[in-house]
Amino acid sequence: MSEKNPEYDFKWCPGCGDFGVRRALEQAVARRLIEAEEPIEQTVVVAGIGCSGNLVHLLEGDQPFGIHGLHGRTLPVAFGVKTGQPDLNVIVVAGDGDFLSIGMEHIAPQAQRNLNVCAVVMDNGVYGLTKGQSSPTSEIGMITSSTPFGKAEEGLNPLRLYLTIGVSHIASALSSKIKDMANMIYDAMEYPGFSVVHVQSPCTEYNDTYKILKGDPRKGIPGRAWDIADDHDPSSIDAAASLLERDGIPLGLLYQAEPNPTMDQRLDDLKTKARVLTTEQMVASYGV
Amino acid sequence: MQTTDFRIRIAGEGGQGLLSVAEGFASANVQAGYHAQTFATFPSQITGGPTWFQVRISTEPILSRGDQLDVLVAFNEHAYEAHKDEVREGGVVVYDSKAFQMEDNGSSLGVPFDQLGRSTGNPRAANMVVMGMLAGLMNMPQSILEEFVKQRWGNVERYGEKTVPQNIHGLTLGREEAIKSGYNLGELAPPEKPDYDQIFLNGNEAVCLGAVHAGLNFYVGYPISPATTILVWMEQWLAGEEKTAYQVSSEIEAINAIVGGGYAGKKAMTATAGPGFSLMSEGLGFAWMAEIPLVVCDVQRGGPATGLPTKTEQSDFFAAMHPAHGDVSLPIIAPGSVEECFYAAVEAFNWAERYQGPVIILSEHSLSERKQNVRKPDLDAVPIENRTVYHGANGTNGYHRYEPRELSPMPLPGGPGSYVANASEHDGMGDTTHLPERHIQMTERRFGKLKLLETGTYESDNTAASVAVMPWGGSKGPTREVWQRMTETGTADNLAWYYTMYLNPLPPALLDELREKELVIVPELNYQGQFSSHLRSLGVRAESITQYTGLPFAIGDLTERIEERIGVGRKEGVAV
Ligand SMILES: Cc1ncc(C[n+]2csc(CCOP(=O)(O)OP(=O)(O)O)c2C)c(N)n1
Ligand code: SF4
Ligand SMILES: [Mg+2]
Repeated sequence: MSEKNPEYDFKWCPGCGDFGVRRALEQAVARRLIEAEEPIEQTVVVAGIGCSGNLVHLLEGDQPFGIHGLHGRTLPVAFGVKTGQPDLNVIVVAGDGDFLSIGMEHIAPQAQRNLNVCAVVMDNGVYGLTKGQSSPTSEIGMITSSTPFGKAEEGLNPLRLYLTIGVSHIASALSSKIKDMANMIYDAMEYPGFSVVHVQSPCTEYNDTYKILKGDPRKGIPGRAWDIADDHDPSSIDAAASLLERDGIPLGLLYQAEPNPTMDQRLDDLKTKARVLTTEQMVASYGV
Repeated sequence: MQTTDFRIRIAGEGGQGLLSVAEGFASANVQAGYHAQTFATFPSQITGGPTWFQVRISTEPILSRGDQLDVLVAFNEHAYEAHKDEVREGGVVVYDSKAFQMEDNGSSLGVPFDQLGRSTGNPRAANMVVMGMLAGLMNMPQSILEEFVKQRWGNVERYGEKTVPQNIHGLTLGREEAIKSGYNLGELAPPEKPDYDQIFLNGNEAVCLGAVHAGLNFYVGYPISPATTILVWMEQWLAGEEKTAYQVSSEIEAINAIVGGGYAGKKAMTATAGPGFSLMSEGLGFAWMAEIPLVVCDVQRGGPATGLPTKTEQSDFFAAMHPAHGDVSLPIIAPGSVEECFYAAVEAFNWAERYQGPVIILSEHSLSERKQNVRKPDLDAVPIENRTVYHGANGTNGYHRYEPRELSPMPLPGGPGSYVANASEHDGMGDTTHLPERHIQMTERRFGKLKLLETGTYESDNTAASVAVMPWGGSKGPTREVWQRMTETGTADNLAWYYTMYLNPLPPALLDELREKELVIVPELNYQGQFSSHLRSLGVRAESITQYTGLPFAIGDLTERIEERIGVGRKEGVAV
């Protein structure tokens, strides 16, 4: 939303983690403008449905192109945009419910194709927009409006999921660490292949996890989120897996596969095997 | 004895090569200058199960598969029992005497197809024996089939030197059996070769060619009968610079992917059938709401749910028009013949580009599998439309793509005019809004654009009559044949003919004419009478003649039902 738009009545609650994600995304795209000399209209932001998806309307300044579609379907849309116009820089923004529950079926195919888009997942462990129901990443036992006696399912570990199904580039961020996150999003966009930046983006209204994530250093209480050490080798899937054995949530670049051909490169290669006919020739091939 | 028309049904088990007999025989006759149409229906297993194909050969263009068989070729007893009643008086049953025995009833002929076929040295020549027999029964010159065999298997490197002589030997053996039997079905008048170029293809192939001509450059799909052949065709032939064909992971992915493709400036399409179409409903609403040009071809099969995957039905009209929740009315073009499949596809893209939104091609199983000779389209004479693209000065700041009530130029990513294509109700820039005046404005804008599509043409005949018949889709051919027959016998004096493939929006002048009628009879293949129900909602006094057998209308049956409806033969005269 470029101009102040009085009609647009959606607001994030004070302190919502999504504010930080928006800033980080703006910074990453702005850096592309400078470092890759890529104008902002080359970027398309594909947003899911949730508080998180409203990010596409809340970007400030010059506007990239945007799509605000259906709940759970960001990746198929991004697939269409990117495969249709491979020169575009395509970014997905979606909530944990959108990406990991209703949209779960779409992650693996993009990983297998190595679709060259970057997905920024805003995980607040809850359904914000529908007012506080449990999400795949909510912990077992958690009380929410839809789980009044506690959640029956185990909380999903999304980083492990991405690693297992073959996402090429996996980073983990915290919404309050904007600079780190901006760098992670920038790197993920630069990476040729399917990348996910999974952000802990707390919901101050229904699942305020800031304290748990950050801990209280003054009181010596460690946070659940901890920085991945500098000596971690992100090219090693085993090293990444072993980080996930540890308690809590690692922050930083977890895994990055050796670049593999991307979806559009693969299609270009395969196309060279096809016989290209004009429409006239195709019609004539049915000639009597 | 000369005749204008032969109808042959070949029935047996899936996997017995029945299709190649039917298509080969049709193809040979088309090469000779006759008209031919095939019809296929089968169970949804790969091998086995009761299967049958029909071929109709004629000196005139063919409207339907026809009933009242001249020849039934039965590969097993079950096939004989199931189809024997449809053989006309004086028709012949040819059967595989190795598979079963029957008493000679003066119209049957048992031949060991396989054994004779093998005796040529080619274990697959049984089909040739059958074709030779058919030709013999119909006094068809041997040269017609020989010519076909030479063209089909003449490539020595591919098929070896023996295939052609062996197959011709098979034809001769079959012909000899027919002549020995003494049966004689008459002969077709010599063909009048059309003075225009022709192509011989099925409805799905025609859809593919039309789409490609219209500029399709982004196709995705998920396998489902009877639309799979479109995906397979596209994977093979939609090739070259900036063109993509891809099998995606579901119909939900397919529809959303073509929304993305259409948004990015591609001419995007997917094809599916009932179950897949249901999965696309939310995505179609998205395309309607965000005003994204795209085309979805629904090749109807029997429904609901998994339904009858390999049978024909016209029961998706409601679904095609209102696939999604909310106020939506999707444009629909429903081809009624193989030839129209080509033009329907071209027009669907032109409509999508013109009004910037989704368009449905509503085809059906019977068209998808039907092979027919049609006039070769003159591509230069079939115009192509492209959307108006925004090239204005509003770069990345505040272009109002959705502002006016009318259409507005569409920005493409990478160019000026960044906006949000929004599935939620939105303002001019695509930002979400809940203001009542916006919802009014945008709803009216979306429906108002349909006016741009009120350009469809229609057929009419005997328009002074107060009663009309108006089929849609694949029921066009049989109904037209019935109407012509009634015209010849004088029972259609008060029966007008109307037809259009532009079902939504209907051509306004057609609607005006229909509203004048005392009754509009709509033959259609569904239980609810879906299209007549729509016509009634538009103020037309319409009633359906329905059928829901999984098969197209048969001529005799439909004639009776229409005549009964308009009171032909009743003492009191015409009742409406
Ligand atoms: C098909 C469909 N089902 C349900 C909904 C309702 N819905 C809107 S947002 C949402 C969940 C949002 O949760 P999440 O994706 O985690 O986003 P958040 O609001 O937490 O950012 C749901 C269920 C919908 N819009 N569409
Ligand atoms: S409900 Fe939660 S997620 Fe939604 S805006 Fe408020 S704080 Fe953010
Ligand atoms: Mg959430």
